[in-house]
Amino acid sequence: MTDRFAAAPIVRPVTDPWPRRARLVEHSILPGFKLSLGITLIYLSLIVLLPLTALAVRPWEIGVEGILRTLTDPRVAAALKVSFGISLAAALVNAPLGLMLAWTLTRYRFPGRRIMEALVDLPFALPTAVAGIALTAIYAPNGPLGALFAKIGIKTAYSPVGIFIALVFIGLPFVVRSIQPVLEDLDKDVEEAAQTLGANDFQRVLHVVIPAIGPAILSGVSLAFARAVGEYGSVIFIAGNLPLKTEIAPLLIVIKLEEYDYAGAATIGLAMLAISFGALVVMNIAQIFLARRGRA
Amino acid sequence: MTHDLTVSRRGLLSAGAGVGAAALLPAAALAQGSKATTLLNVSYDPTRELYKEINAAFAEYWKGRTNQVLTLNQSHGGSGKQARSVIDGLQADVVTLALAADIDEIAARAKLLPANWQSRLPNNSAPYTSTIVFLVRKGNPWKIRDWPDLIKPGIGVITPNPKTSGGARWGYLAAYAAAAKTGGDAAAQAYLAKLFKNVPVLDTGARGSTTTFAQRKIGDVLLTWENEAYLTIDEFGPHDIVYPSSSILAEPSVALVDKNVDRHGTRTLATGYLNFLYSPRAQEIIAKHHFRPRDQAAFARYARYFKQIPLVTVDSAFGGWKKAQATHFADGGVFDRIYRP
Repeated sequence: MTDRFAAAPIVRPVTDPWPRRARLVEHSILPGFKLSLGITLIYLSLIVLLPLTALAVRPWEIGVEGILRTLTDPRVAAALKVSFGISLAAALVNAPLGLMLAWTLTRYRFPGRRIMEALVDLPFALPTAVAGIALTAIYAPNGPLGALFAKIGIKTAYSPVGIFIALVFIGLPFVVRSIQPVLEDLDKDVEEAAQTLGANDFQRVLHVVIPAIGPAILSGVSLAFARAVGEYGSVIFIAGNLPLKTEIAPLLIVIKLEEYDYAGAATIGLAMLAISFGALVVMNIAQIFLARRGRA
Repeated sequence: MTHDLTVSRRGLLSAGAGVGAAALLPAAALAQGSKATTLLNVSYDPTRELYKEINAAFAEYWKGRTNQVLTLNQSHGGSGKQARSVIDGLQADVVTLALAADIDEIAARAKLLPANWQSRLPNNSAPYTSTIVFLVRKGNPWKIRDWPDLIKPGIGVITPNPKTSGGARWGYLAAYAAAAKTGGDAAAQAYLAKLFKNVPVLDTGARGSTTTFAQRKIGDVLLTWENEAYLTIDEFGPHDIVYPSSSILAEPSVALVDKNVDRHGTRTLATGYLNFLYSPRAQEIIAKHHFRPRDQAAFARYARYFKQIPLVTVDSAFGGWKKAQATHFADGGVFDRIYRP
């Protein structure tokens, strides 16, 4: 924010927001470019594009009016709000906590560190239904933690708080694993230089470390967010699934399917896709700006 | 996650199901030349234990008659979901679902069996019946005796979502019929609105609700199948079963999936399987699992489990499943209106 001049691309070519484009042309001198690009395109089309096209085609069966009616339905609107709102909250909370975890794992050596490393990955590996059932057992009013929270008047399982807990759980590894490698690669000299110039610990972290890993934090947060929005398995066990209150959009899609309303289900799916895509674009732009600032 | 749920196009799914069925078939073909001896029964949630025992009995019976060794596969889940899987290409030889409406959907949407399927077997194609009862905590601390008690303030009622669960649909209709008896449709809809205000957790299937009520100890009364209530007592220890002053005659129906059995060459076997459900031996197993058998002798032996209360039928009270489905559970129906903000 302070160094707008430094960020101008003419002054520093390094800060070109699309460095990959330039590199692509350079690297095409390497053999096998056409072959690998071809395989990439076919693979992407089959795995990503084809199903998404099917999804994009389906809703129009009910016409624009039908799509609008589906999306303005209070229950659908409420479900989208629950899904995106709580996902965002969970991803944001995971940012500082994930950073702390990554920091602890990279900067300190202590017994049990490797076990901790493995534990971080556990939400990746655990089947989501298992995670949901385990979390529900713990946070239900008769579970050990749920009872504790109930005593101070906080309802955990079967409330939005329960959804939040599940989404924090599944999102954590995305944030930690995004930050960790960047933190490991961070040049010690820069920090040492800052120290010799008289920066205290706090200043060093705030002005040197954070700007450098900012893009990584953001990418971790967007990954966690994207994952949370689509999460179904773990959430339906802990959510309570009450329409307008704790019903997530993916569950509403399943309910529409049970009604043989394929077009309605696809409409919600497409809306989620559009919102997610918009959110990811915003986060990517923010990331590019952060990256510029970090390098400047 | 979301996307693969959303894009469950029929073509894609049937391809997947076809691969699954192809994996099953060669083994059967090898064992008996061209005559297939594998049967897939696609059923609903609370019948797992029942069909496990029936399948064992049928395999033994069939071996005695034809000397064929059978492989009987069973698949369970929410009734609506199971019907949709069959429509999308799951190769069921027979379906044994929670309600006729779900089999109607298979007939109407995928044309896998004729529309008059229900008249092909005795008793509306339902070899057993059940009803909806209340399951309460031991000693019935909140003195829940009948339908009006469920809408008292502070009472937590556990039921699955009628949109996704067959049992919940029967429960919803039982509640509706009881309330409509005194005040007509308006009173019934007001009653159901209050009832669902008392529901703190809506699970997607009967088993999920059982877990919520019995294991997580949420709520004061579970609205469930009679057989599921007895199973809960067996699994989770003492609870009290309360029979309301009236309930509904639930007829879980069974049917042969014509197009699939012809493709697999399993018509004789599947017909034998469904007829076996009406035999005294199967009826005894059915009664033992707390489903109400059609066979009077079996019923009499287990009569102490089946309290006689007035039961309305879907046909007389709601004009059949097709109409009930369209009025109450379709998009924008009565149930949807309960949850308008």
